[in-house]
Amino acid sequence: MANPVEQFQIEPLVPLHIGGVNVSFTNSALLMVISVALVTAFLTLSVRGRALVPGRWQSTAEVFYEFVANMIRDNVGSEGRKYFPFIFTLFMFVLFGNLLGLIPYSFTYTSHIIVNFGIAATVFVGVTIIGFMRHGTHFLRMFFPHGAPILTAPILVPIELISYFSRPFSLAVRLFANMTVGHIMLKVMGGFVVALGVLGILPFAFLSAITVLEFGIALLQAYVFTILCCIYLNDAIHMH
Amino acid sequence: MTDESKKPNLDDLQSRLDAARAREAQETGRDRKHGSGGRNNNGMGLGFRIAIELVVNIVVGTGIGYLLDRWLGTRPWLMVVFVFLGAGAGVMSVYRVAKGFDDTVGLGQASRRGKSE
Repeated sequence: MANPVEQFQIEPLVPLHIGGVNVSFTNSALLMVISVALVTAFLTLSVRGRALVPGRWQSTAEVFYEFVANMIRDNVGSEGRKYFPFIFTLFMFVLFGNLLGLIPYSFTYTSHIIVNFGIAATVFVGVTIIGFMRHGTHFLRMFFPHGAPILTAPILVPIELISYFSRPFSLAVRLFANMTVGHIMLKVMGGFVVALGVLGILPFAFLSAITVLEFGIALLQAYVFTILCCIYLNDAIHMH
Repeated sequence: MTDESKKPNLDDLQSRLDAARAREAQETGRDRKHGSGGRNNNGMGLGFRIAIELVVNIVVGTGIGYLLDRWLGTRPWLMVVFVFLGAGAGVMSVYRVAKGFDDTVGLGQASRRGKSE
């Protein structure tokens, strides 16, 4: 049976070392380039016609656009509209990463925690900067609840701070865990199909169901990742 | 296709759209603001979320304590304190997830909003 975690192995395709730093072009990087190219091609080619009554491809592109636009409007409000390009890019990148990983023999870059953490940390730092730019030091008031006795501040403020700092980590870990678990499960079940011979039809049926579930999880996790970024952005902009 | 002379006025269209949306919101009886609830309604997602929140908060708390210790040279005391603070933050996060509050900063504000809804 094949090693179920072998699929997450990073392999350099074009070895490259600049100044002692390993910057090889890996299979992970290749999939990222493919997904960016696919997203760009999909969005530019499908709306090229600019038809008033959209065709199939244009409708699909508009569904994605409206989905993210509604998400921002519902969670951030009209002020979040100027962050639409970033949120949309984020959503498409994560979504295509999740979906491309479901193609056999391909690679899921969202199953690597450092990739997710890179994205999440960018969002976290950006949101914190936006918060400080819009509210100045008033932004720090967020870490102490109104009406609590001042004596509880030494405990409450560190707890809220830790919970704030753990946001990018929990964002990254959630996407990573969902993707990794799903892919390992698929691989293990796939091993059973081969190992059980004729009886392999049973795990095969289960495998088919799991694959559908994985498509759902790929969509759902891209959605969760993006909506949490929207909520964090809303926090920084409105502060309540 | 439509007649050139009957091309719809965009302002008119917008007002009709707004009216239709208001009607829809009234009929379905839900305000689309703060529509973040309702996700993670499957058990696996909820379980994942609780586990991750609990672990990540403790790890981040420990990490902050460790870095502060290295910076201030007070090893290991701040780390011990921050492990417990991280555990507190973890339990708080789990409580928020279990209660279905939103993911904004500050438990007090979130719980007030959760009750008023």
